Amino acid sequence: MGRRQSFADISYGFVIGAIALLAVVIIVTPVIIVVILSFTDHQSLKFPPTGFSLQWYQQLFDESQSRQIHRAAGNTLEVAALSTLFGVVLGTLAALGLARSRSVAARVADSFFLSPLVLPGIAFGLAALMYFTLIGIRPSLGLVIAGHMIVTVPFVVRTTTASLSQLDPALNDSSQSLGASWFYTLRRVTLPLIFPGIAAGAFLAFMASVDNVPVSLFLSTARTDMLPIRMWGMMEATLDVRIAAISGILITAAFLLMLLMEWTVGLTRRMRD
Amino acid sequence: MTLKPAEWQLALPLGLAFASLFLAPFLLLFGVSFFNDDQITQPGFGQWIKFFGDPFHYKVIADTLLLGVKTVAATVIVGYPLALVFIDLGPRLQRVLIFIIVMPLLLSVVVRTFAWIVVLGREGVINTLLLHLGVISEPLRLLQTELGLVISMTQIEMPLMLLPLISVMSRIEPNLRDASAALGASRWRTLFTVIVPLSMPGLIAGCLLVFASSTTAFISQSIIGGVRLIYLPLLIWQQSLVVFNWPFAAVTSLALLVSVLSVIAALSYLGRRAGGAIHG
Repeated sequence: MGRRQSFADISYGFVIGAIALLAVVIIVTPVIIVVILSFTDHQSLKFPPTGFSLQWYQQLFDESQSRQIHRAAGNTLEVAALSTLFGVVLGTLAALGLARSRSVAARVADSFFLSPLVLPGIAFGLAALMYFTLIGIRPSLGLVIAGHMIVTVPFVVRTTTASLSQLDPALNDSSQSLGASWFYTLRRVTLPLIFPGIAAGAFLAFMASVDNVPVSLFLSTARTDMLPIRMWGMMEATLDVRIAAISGILITAAFLLMLLMEWTVGLTRRMRD
Repeated sequence: MTLKPAEWQLALPLGLAFASLFLAPFLLLFGVSFFNDDQITQPGFGQWIKFFGDPFHYKVIADTLLLGVKTVAATVIVGYPLALVFIDLGPRLQRVLIFIIVMPLLLSVVVRTFAWIVVLGREGVINTLLLHLGVISEPLRLLQTELGLVISMTQIEMPLMLLPLISVMSRIEPNLRDASAALGASRWRTLFTVIVPLSMPGLIAGCLLVFASSTTAFISQSIIGGVRLIYLPLLIWQQSLVVFNWPFAAVTSLALLVSVLSVIAALSYLGRRAGGAIHG
């Protein structure tokens, strides 16, 4: 198009470009700042730091000084691993059961399973605490795992359903018409094809569990402390610079895991679909 | 072939888990709200009357919903242009940008909230920068203000806006934009008459997720907002885990649930109408 660039078009490029740049700056800078701050030699959150040291990482890894943080991190990983495991099994089965059905009941069930994504998490956390207390179950890591499973399973259901909807039903039919049993077809045809979708969902569920606050806030106790809750406590009381070191580790871990998931299952492509 | 279950039966285990661990607790929450005392022994409407008889609680509801609206508005204003730029990039740059967008989503909300304490604090990045440049002579108070909270929430919730927006925008036929330009429309006009209407389903999906997430974001609200800015999640936490008045906390939770869900229902109704207008 040989149309001359009008003032409107130039202003468009300028305004949209500038705001988009601002958006990237807003997204990225706080993360970079926290990583830099975690190496400060100062006792406060002053930025930029006046000098650098590894003291906060040393304190964080020191067994006697940071025992509670270590225990909280251990609990967090255990809960995330187990709630994701249960979520993957139940969520994949549910997606297999509902994805190909066009019935109203199936669509209602599907929205029901996805509803924890939009319901206020804090209302569910309180409801779960009252429920378990009033039916007489004492707080334990098992309850936290159950609560996390409910709020993270939607990620598995969503990505697995998306993978199933792209699956050619003819593959299934031809496998079964060649004499393969239903279970053999599931194991050798369907599951390998939808595996990347399940893996992406499992990863998102795992990360959501590590990150979860509203459920842990109500279901965890001093004995079953979780990392985000402990960090919240550390922020509310004295501003402990070890939080910056924990953040540095979490940022690095999330970055590496995300690279891995991107290479293996194309994570971001699945999140866009 | 004997093993073949009816397909819907595969959803039963998760259905049972949801019925016993999700639906039942919410029904119980509803039940508990109809007790007058915190020992949960005397049934009655006392807590409902106490909650809705006090104008302070209407203000808390309004503030919570307004916080959601402001966060949604900020993420749209800052995020929409980024989505516009995204769809014009080549595949390689798109992969880099989507990585940058998704990355914060996988970072703990506590970490993101902490990052904003560092940025907005008295000795934080913004104050250091502005003092250094001589724009201000005293550090600005940004933490424990609604402005600081909305700025932080904009970054914290941005990925939830961008992901659905980008996925819908990427599917807009590029020819439509070219046709609009060929017919003499400026790029602004093409934006508002072609792209915005076509991206409406993604925009509404993004608004919905950001609204749901920001109204229940307890950690960011309590850490950045502080104790002077009171929103429903803080009230729920105080009443249930500090004061131990469960029936009152239950009423507050239901107020949060109903007010957030009604906004979401309205948004998704708009979304379906927008989708129908384009496809039908």
